[in-house]
Amino acid sequence: MEALFFWIFAVGLVASALAVVANRNPVTSAICLVVTFVFLACLFVTLEAVFLAMVQIIVYAGAVMVLFLFIIMLLDIKAESRRPIPYLRIVFVGLLSGVFAFFFQRVLVQLPTGHKVLHWGGAPLQLDAREAGRLLFSQYQLPFEITGVLLLVATIGVILLSKKDVS
Amino acid sequence: MSGLTEITLNHYLALSGILFMTGLAGVMLRRSVLVIYMCLELMLNAANLALVSFGRFSVVPNANAHMMVFFIITVAAAEVAVGLALIVALYRLRQTTNVNDLTSLKF
Repeated sequence: MEALFFWIFAVGLVASALAVVANRNPVTSAICLVVTFVFLACLFVTLEAVFLAMVQIIVYAGAVMVLFLFIIMLLDIKAESRRPIPYLRIVFVGLLSGVFAFFFQRVLVQLPTGHKVLHWGGAPLQLDAREAGRLLFSQYQLPFEITGVLLLVATIGVILLSKKDVS
Repeated sequence: MSGLTEITLNHYLALSGILFMTGLAGVMLRRSVLVIYMCLELMLNAANLALVSFGRFSVVPNANAHMMVFFIITVAAAEVAVGLALIVALYRLRQTTNVNDLTSLKF
């Protein structure tokens, strides 16, 4: 059962991620990115991280992607014109992927815990909203407040950046 | 055939690596700033997937991996807002989002 769901979501994830890269139209790319995030949330569920899956859907597939689509449509970007496909660069990226895959495989083979088999129900802990809230206000107090300040700075920065004349 | 029917930590890490490499390929192949930005998001999410799977397969029950992913998602949301504001400012200045036309800093 674990394997069935893993393979369905894994194939969907890789296919939609490739579609993000391959599409010429930015709007189609953005929609494919939403599908990628949903599949990633499904994979989080197979890893028994249900709360994170919900956060992923709400923040990424919801807020971030709405922002992306909003900007794409605001800027009125047309699909890229039919330029010749950059074969040389694709070959270079393919070679780089090969090197990356080789070294990645070397690392994975040496990983001591790499061969632990996934069994549902055997998660070391269940992080729900209540537990996450308790941790945020006790053990992770300082990072939480720093993130709050960061969000404030980002808000002010965005307002400043989107003013007509930055002087 | 146990590689197909038994899912291990390595499966998730390999998937995370493939997702990261897809994002990196997009950053190198695509010329539109917005699509490059989307591919950066893909790479961030690959890191998230690796963290969650490490947390799931850890021997000691702790929430460190989950909380780290939680903070990464928050920071990424703030980063998207600022980055898109920069892209809008850039578009106002140059009327383009193609990186081939943005070469004034090129040495």
